[in-house]
Amino acid sequence: MRGREAREQAERKAVMATLAQSAGDDIVRLWDEAGLPCEAELLRGPETGLVTVRGRIGGGGAPFNVGEATVTRATVRLASGHVGHCYALGRDKQKARLAAIADALWQDPAHRNGVETRLVAPLQAALAKARDQRRAETAATKVDFFTMVRGED
Amino acid sequence: MYVAAKGGEAAIRNAHKLLADRRRGDRSVPALRLDQIVEQLALGVDRVMSEGSLYDRELAALAIVQARGDMIEAIFLVRAYRTTLPRFGYTRAIDTGTMLVERRVSATYKDLPGGQLLGPTFDYTHRLLDPELAAGGDVAEPEQRAGEAEAMPRVSAILAREGLIEPDGDMPGDHVPGDITREPLEFPMARDIRLQALSRGDEGFLLALGYSTQRGYARNHPFVGEVRIGEVELELDVPELPFAVPLGSIRVTECQMVNQFKGSAKAPPQFTRGYGLVFGQSERKAMAMALCDRALRATEFGEDVVAAAQDEEFVISHSDNVQATGFVEHLKLPHYVDFQAELDLVRRMRAAHDARENAGKAEEKREAAE
Repeated sequence: MRGREAREQAERKAVMATLAQSAGDDIVRLWDEAGLPCEAELLRGPETGLVTVRGRIGGGGAPFNVGEATVTRATVRLASGHVGHCYALGRDKQKARLAAIADALWQDPAHRNGVETRLVAPLQAALAKARDQRRAETAATKVDFFTMVRGED
Repeated sequence: MYVAAKGGEAAIRNAHKLLADRRRGDRSVPALRLDQIVEQLALGVDRVMSEGSLYDRELAALAIVQARGDMIEAIFLVRAYRTTLPRFGYTRAIDTGTMLVERRVSATYKDLPGGQLLGPTFDYTHRLLDPELAAGGDVAEPEQRAGEAEAMPRVSAILAREGLIEPDGDMPGDHVPGDITREPLEFPMARDIRLQALSRGDEGFLLALGYSTQRGYARNHPFVGEVRIGEVELELDVPELPFAVPLGSIRVTECQMVNQFKGSAKAPPQFTRGYGLVFGQSERKAMAMALCDRALRATEFGEDVVAAAQDEEFVISHSDNVQATGFVEHLKLPHYVDFQAELDLVRRMRAAHDARENAGKAEEKREAAE
């Protein structure tokens, strides 16, 4: 039971990560195409605030504060009673509202599959493609050292 | 004496209107869009985010336009905006070891796991102005190279395996990271607070100080163990969720500076370190920060404090360009009453001086006559 709960939390977190990483325009477009319901009661926000980003001394030592970043958050409740949250970098309020609804819909067994296949999967695929491209572009700038042999012997 | 002066409202109003006009410039030239600045002046945007201490590209771009490209004014605007927003919390510390790396070079190891990745660098360019860029021609897509994504451990971890380098900086277990946006600066300060100040410090100031250490003012023989640039994910603990909520990614630059050894009767000699971490792509700033971090650890290593770069109060008190510009630029605002007082004082001093001089001359005359 505990294992299942942990897995479910990990899945929910992955969905939230995908939504937070994705552009608001892409979420809106896929939302319309998927025909997902967008009625929800706003419990909080969408509102923009700051988070203080922390790094670690030397990369892995004690934490220190680097600076702030803008974050927009929203909390919604569906008619079914499911409550969804979103926190995402930036100031896109529409994205935060939709992502919070997506989080709530995902918790509803009636909608989870729709959210996953028609919204999250295509977003994830686009993100993975962009990441792969970035990696491949960086990899092309990798230095291949070769040794020059000098002298006769 | 207190003198209330009024006036200047119309002049100020008209000056601001004129500023708006000059900012827009020739109306036959298309106005800049923020996405053009974000995309094409990306490193300027990164500087404003880093020294404005606010990660938000569009806001930084807006600040740059509003400030007519005056970077310190743009940084000032961003800092001012920041104070209007509520704070949701502190993120979990980022892990630069899991970065989606876009550039990673080491000056200490040729062959290191993950390799040397040059990325989009100005290094090895010829620094010749490019007329083709002025003509606005098409730009080719970059090359791609397929392959497995390799793990890229931080260089410090490689040296640490042999115990040849000091560990990542630790703090006592119960230490809560200090926050200069919440508490006033106090000296001496802990290294974590110093790093926060340096991360948003002025690039030029830190660059000059870093340079001064290389020229012999607090020399500490630096090597770039590693510079890496790329995206890291942010997570925030919030009460409403049982897990840290993912916020998305930000781009940062990290510099691991490896410096000459330090040992003691108890500990064998090891390399010491300086650390730099800044928002966006700015390896100059990250390197300068790491040089300053190391120099400012002088007392910790029992080194003599002989140079400006080692003087914590001097460096940290003057590294913030918003404070610096505020105090320097306030000199041009009306100081009429202050100056009137000085004028009055100098006149009285002159009068006293003249009186002494005349008295002396009269004395000379009298003596000569006698």
